[in-house]
Amino acid sequence: METESGVLTGEHFLSGNEAFGEGALAAGCRFFAGYPITPSTEVAEHMAERLPQVGGIFIQMEDELASMNALLGAAWAGQKAMTATSGPGFSLMMENLGLGVVTETPCVIVNVQRGGPSTGLPTLVGQADMMQAKWGSHGPYEIIALSPSSPQECFDFTVKAFNLAEQYRTPVLVMGDEVVGHMTERVVIPPADKIERTPRRTPRVPPEKYLPYEPDPDGVPQMALAGQGYKMHITGLTHDRRGYPVISEEAQADMIGRLVEKIRKNREKITEYEEESCEDADVIVCSYGISARTSQLAIENARAEGIKVGVFRLIVVWPFPESKIDELAGKTKGFVVPEINCGQISLEVERCAHGKAKTILVPHAGGGTHNPDNILEAIRRAAA
Amino acid sequence: MIQQQESTIVEHHPMDVLLRQDRIPHIWCSGCGLGTSLTAFINAVRDCGIPLEKISVVSGIGCTGRVAGYLNLDSFHTTHGRALPFAVGLHLGNPSLKVIVFSGDGDLISIGGNHFIHTARKNMDITVICVNNFNYGMTGGQGAPTTPLGSRSTTTPYGNFEFPFNIPHLAAASGATYVARWTALDTRRLKNSMQEAILRRGFSVVEVISPCPTLFGRLNRLGTGLDMMKSYQENSVIRHGADPASVAMGKDGKIIVGKFVDIERPTYLDMMKQALGGRFNIPIPERSVDKTEIPMDGE
Ligand SMILES: Cc1ncc(C[n+]2csc(CCOP(=O)(O)OP(=O)(O)O)c2C)c(N)n1
Ligand code: SF4
Ligand SMILES: [Mg+2]
Repeated sequence: METESGVLTGEHFLSGNEAFGEGALAAGCRFFAGYPITPSTEVAEHMAERLPQVGGIFIQMEDELASMNALLGAAWAGQKAMTATSGPGFSLMMENLGLGVVTETPCVIVNVQRGGPSTGLPTLVGQADMMQAKWGSHGPYEIIALSPSSPQECFDFTVKAFNLAEQYRTPVLVMGDEVVGHMTERVVIPPADKIERTPRRTPRVPPEKYLPYEPDPDGVPQMALAGQGYKMHITGLTHDRRGYPVISEEAQADMIGRLVEKIRKNREKITEYEEESCEDADVIVCSYGISARTSQLAIENARAEGIKVGVFRLIVVWPFPESKIDELAGKTKGFVVPEINCGQISLEVERCAHGKAKTILVPHAGGGTHNPDNILEAIRRAAA
Repeated sequence: MIQQQESTIVEHHPMDVLLRQDRIPHIWCSGCGLGTSLTAFINAVRDCGIPLEKISVVSGIGCTGRVAGYLNLDSFHTTHGRALPFAVGLHLGNPSLKVIVFSGDGDLISIGGNHFIHTARKNMDITVICVNNFNYGMTGGQGAPTTPLGSRSTTTPYGNFEFPFNIPHLAAASGATYVARWTALDTRRLKNSMQEAILRRGFSVVEVISPCPTLFGRLNRLGTGLDMMKSYQENSVIRHGADPASVAMGKDGKIIVGKFVDIERPTYLDMMKQALGGRFNIPIPERSVDKTEIPMDGE
């Protein structure tokens, strides 16, 4: 049942890509700018159909550079804004993802990952943009990224992404993949009043007292909107708390320190994962997205062989749950990390395990999901 | 003449309201045309009658791109070439705002060229002030898509052999509904034209021919900023309504200025309302517009 709030409360069969769109609408998103690219296009198509129905604006831009900038502009006009893309488009968005980070602009970017590099495998799956999600724009910064493993999570995590974006005033990435984006499953959409929506942190002080980058105690500043009379200056140059450009080492230290700390200091509040039977596990399979699901058969088979296997599934990938991995490393022989790339999140697991447990990557170049036998074999090696 | 212009600027300093005093002095070289361009703009904003809190200015990167930072308005200094798509988001995100993009020729026409033609094509209700100094000032005088044939820049040391863009023609052909060009010397007409552009509905473009004595001027032995302004005075020909295709910067040094296009065409949001309005309730606040012509000749 459609409600005023754009929430399709009820049970549906939705593809992951449609669920990204419904999640956005449920979170209050009323602006989508995008550019068609397989395998994310259905998100844009769904939003083109749905946004007018709820009084929102869909616009197809001339490219992904433009889409990313349009999101930022719309956010400063007060909108909750989203785009969706895949590999090559994600690369084009990196330039102004950085602008979003440094101007502290809340918005959500969905990446339905496909095989790369370059044009790569337009229609086939990949998970090789995970480090790009973390480091893809130049310069030092921290980012928030989530990874759904099902259409239900495409819905839930998109809502979460919007809330994190508002809470921490930052672009948030939802790192989907082709398989999850294109699979159709049951998605339960709660009643509108059961959906949490974090409002924009607009100024609580009058214009004469307002400093665009003076942080609240949690490290996040209040955000005036264009047209409210605050006459703020917002720049991609390194700036002081007034928002004015300052080209100095000190200003950089102050600004970057705060940008990085607002995520790092709140890491425990932001990180989220699912943990099962990890306490006394011989081996912990650490995964995310579609690879968390392809691991399941391997895990059952390994357990049938008598290996105690724990499951650690990342929900929030960035910031990475460093202390949790460190803690688990002290209790297990090894981590097995299946991912559709040649080693990205596995490097983080290895780093955070501090040599206390081994880390075995189960790589995949992309274009398909893992053969569970390869994961099983890695579990056996880790347990040995 | 030029002396008098400058004293006018000083006298006009209700600029105080529209400039961020705590950011002055600005970074621009003496003799640069950006000062007078900004003065004209501030006067246009002051006189256009739109409440100041409803005006947002968006710039890209470059010497011109610094304009946003000096204005005491909601102002956004984005990335190189991306002012327009950012402005599109601002405009559609809150259509009651008047969104103005103020940026350089390289920013808008080279790296931002694709955004420029598509924003014009869609007839977004946005005003563009494009300061054309025929080169990349900020990065030290490199060639731009506006650099005239034969001109020197640091990346065309033997003389430019690329054909340049004729900005009014590009704007008009892409769908702009208001297109004008003035020099940074003629601040009165420039101001009036900016004011008209701001008050029109649709994609309006004002090109400002502006001296960059430090780089383009020096590399091409054009003298000081004052000398360059003098040459504008000698070579400008006002030709309202001229076919934009005919106003390319000529080899003869003539600069054809004037209002070339001033037409009505439904904007992006008009078209959207027409297509969807019957079926859906999309709340689109109107911004106030004014079609009054401001006389730009005589006196
Ligand atoms: C992506 C990117 N490429 C290059 C630059 C370097 N850059 C800064 S300003 C500029 C050219 C500006 O020229 P124009 O828009 O004509 O402005 P002007 O300085 O002449 O006013 C360039 C190339 C940049 N900042 N970003
Ligand atoms: S370099 Fe040229 S455009 Fe830039 S401030 Fe100096 S004179 Fe003006
Ligand atoms: Mg220039």
